[in-house]
Amino acid sequence: MVAGCYGVFLSADLFLFFAFYELVIVPKYFLIAVFGSTNKEYGAMKLTLYSFFGGMLVFIGILSAYVTAGSLDLNQLSQFQFSPQLQSWAFPVLFLGFAVLAGIWPLHTWAPTGHVAAPTAGSMLLAGIVMKLGSYAGLRVAMNLFPQGFQMWSKWIVFLAVVGIVYAAAVALRQRDLKFVIGYSSVSHMGFVLLGLAAATALSVSGAVLQMFSHGVIAALLFAVAGRMIYRRTHTRELDELAGMNLNRALPFAAFTFVIASAASMGIPGFSGFAAEITILIGAWRTYPLAVWITGAGMVLVAAFTLRALKQSFFGEAEPSVQLQEGRVALDPDWNEQQSITAAEKCGACLLMFTTVAVGLYPKLLLDRIMPAVEAMRFLK
Amino acid sequence: MSYLELLKLASPETIVVITALAVLAIGLVTGRAKSTATVSTAKPTQSANETSTATGICSAVAVLGLAIAIGTVLMLPRNATLFGGMLVITPLTSLFKIICMALAFFTILLTKSEKSLRHPGEYLALVLFATVGLMLLVGSEELLMIFIGLELLGLSLYVMTAFDKTDVRSAEAGLKYFLFGSTSSAFTLFGISLIYGMSGTTSLAAISDKLAGVSIQALLAVGIVMTLIGFAFKIAAAPFHLWAPDAYQGAPVPSAAFIASASKVASFVVLGKIVLVGFSSLHGSAAWHAMVAGWSPVLAALAALSILVGNLVALAQSNVRRLLAYSAVAHAGYTLIGLIAGDRDGFSAALFYATIYAITLVGAFGVVAMVRRETGGDDFSNFAGLASRSPLLAGCMSVFMLSLGGIPPLAGFFGKFYLFSVALRADANHGLLWLVAVALLGSFISLYYYLMVLKAIFVDEPALAAARDVRVVPPTLLLRATVAVLAAAVLLLGITPEILAARILAAVP
Repeated sequence: MVAGCYGVFLSADLFLFFAFYELVIVPKYFLIAVFGSTNKEYGAMKLTLYSFFGGMLVFIGILSAYVTAGSLDLNQLSQFQFSPQLQSWAFPVLFLGFAVLAGIWPLHTWAPTGHVAAPTAGSMLLAGIVMKLGSYAGLRVAMNLFPQGFQMWSKWIVFLAVVGIVYAAAVALRQRDLKFVIGYSSVSHMGFVLLGLAAATALSVSGAVLQMFSHGVIAALLFAVAGRMIYRRTHTRELDELAGMNLNRALPFAAFTFVIASAASMGIPGFSGFAAEITILIGAWRTYPLAVWITGAGMVLVAAFTLRALKQSFFGEAEPSVQLQEGRVALDPDWNEQQSITAAEKCGACLLMFTTVAVGLYPKLLLDRIMPAVEAMRFLK
Repeated sequence: MSYLELLKLASPETIVVITALAVLAIGLVTGRAKSTATVSTAKPTQSANETSTATGICSAVAVLGLAIAIGTVLMLPRNATLFGGMLVITPLTSLFKIICMALAFFTILLTKSEKSLRHPGEYLALVLFATVGLMLLVGSEELLMIFIGLELLGLSLYVMTAFDKTDVRSAEAGLKYFLFGSTSSAFTLFGISLIYGMSGTTSLAAISDKLAGVSIQALLAVGIVMTLIGFAFKIAAAPFHLWAPDAYQGAPVPSAAFIASASKVASFVVLGKIVLVGFSSLHGSAAWHAMVAGWSPVLAALAALSILVGNLVALAQSNVRRLLAYSAVAHAGYTLIGLIAGDRDGFSAALFYATIYAITLVGAFGVVAMVRRETGGDDFSNFAGLASRSPLLAGCMSVFMLSLGGIPPLAGFFGKFYLFSVALRADANHGLLWLVAVALLGSFISLYYYLMVLKAIFVDEPALAAARDVRVVPPTLLLRATVAVLAAAVLLLGITPEILAARILAAVP
């Protein structure tokens, strides 16, 4: 599966590109259906079928490009002038196909259930990398091949992206399962990516690419805390139950990590999430000011649900009926064996935290590499 | 032309017939020995042993005969015509004779897995006769000869389907297949007679000349539709597919594999020849906004219906063989798209797809045969836990299923890519896009049920009762090797499809 991801990012040939793209999907099914947890077979099948549906749309788009231009080489194809009529229908088909994988609203519902069902490592990979395949492909293939089609449809993409940001944030506010909260937050964040792409200024597209990276790191971090650090020890992800466990004292390191990750996810200055989102919004201001206003309001919702999850999971008030002992969680028989956070978990988390802080404080590090590549693309306004 | 030369040119067919007779004789001799042994010793195990030796000898002879026949096909001249087109030898016919014989070869290897076959000699002889039917079908450009090949093939297949006398479902399948088959033969014959009446000849090339420039009248339209119905039945295109689920499920596994593979490939070769050579001037157009009367709108309707019906009904199946049958209906639909596209590219894409499909399906039936041998059934529940019982079989089955679903880098994906790109290119305005969209929607639906098979294999726990019931009958080395070779072929043809695609494209006139 990881090999497939590398293949997608590296391919310059559409045929290979699509082959790798589909190759990523099948292992996901088994990863989730065999090793997953809650409602795994349903989640796995839903995720796989959504992905294949996207794949089918992509296939139509690629075929139409191939048959018209007679080539599958991306570099040659991007020089080819497709007729406006072809672009007007081929672009939405192709872009929508990719956007399914990026979790565009209203085709996002696979993401939360898939994330919840997947094993922790699986969710980290899914949110961190696989969802990026969709947006990367949308940028690299769909927008690059059919620039006119893109211009015709960009309004609609912005609309979907904004709805996605606000809607997913609102839904996340009402979730009881910690992983569902994170799953919906992924959808919301990917909305930012789509917004950045659709606004089509050099700045917003760079921001979108930065957001892809930043969200990959943050989502992986959040899932690591929720799935590995908390669930492995308490065997629950219900926020109401977690609230009674007083986890900030039981698992101080996990609490620390989660605070950092949440802050980055909310877009507090100093973390990568802020750097990326502000770049997108500034970039999008020139073309879609109204969308930026709504998104700004949406960010309040993002902060709200993140803070709520944070409060309930780690800083809940202990219920008087539950007897708490120093350093352990009540009512859990397995607790003794896997008490503290292991060194491996700490290493992984620290690495990710370091990355998000580094990029947050000094985004030029990545932007310097992103900007020139983006500016070379021909769909920019 | 001297008789000696005739014999030489028809030698592959002759060799297969002689082999069939030899196998029949051997089966008779060993069969008699078996019955006396049963009387004298009354030990069922011993008689079972003797049956398996008889199967062994017969299948060894049959395999040898096929190998020699393949060799002779290779040695014959590249182009020849016998009896004014009754039998022709072109690169295309030679290639597909070889492919059909190779598929028959694998079918014979599968035969060894069937315990319930009580007369292996007769069974194998039938397989060989059916193969001769296929070879005549492939190697003829003459409507009468095609009809004879069709009947020889059909009659052998009816008996092969009903061969398992201990299973009532086999008998039901045989009867159903026979009734549907003979009705559709009647349609075909009627259609052929009308075409003959219109054109005064039964040779495909001559028909094409006679019909050139003729506008479509009611009589001709009836003739074309009737002829096509017979073939729609053979390839199990909806709405003429009703026999397929029963035949696939009830027939002995090798028969089902043969029906699904070799018989289908040959039918597509002939159907392609009839519509593209014989009716070349009556192509018509199946483009969305510009339908023109001809055979291609008829085939397009069949294709779209097959894809939808096959895939949707397959969703509801819980038996793997029945599921494969409905998916076969859908795949017939995909393959027809190539013929509708119409030119040389379209024909070769359709043949490439049919061949790949046949290879995949023989392999899938091989796995089914072994699961059946182990657990006595072929429902999803029998496949549960296969991954832990036999990782090799589970791996091969996932290759076959994913290839049928069109997942890269397997052969099925390339087949679909080739097929659909040819169909899109056939018309300047993407007129066939609607058909391609239907096909892609269908293959998206199909992924669900292929994944359900894999889910049964990899995820489901075997039910306790079933697990206790499992008699540990490890599949023989030969069978495992057969299935593994087929899976490797599917993988190889996915990675380097040009080894087959280029050959087919070169052979298509």
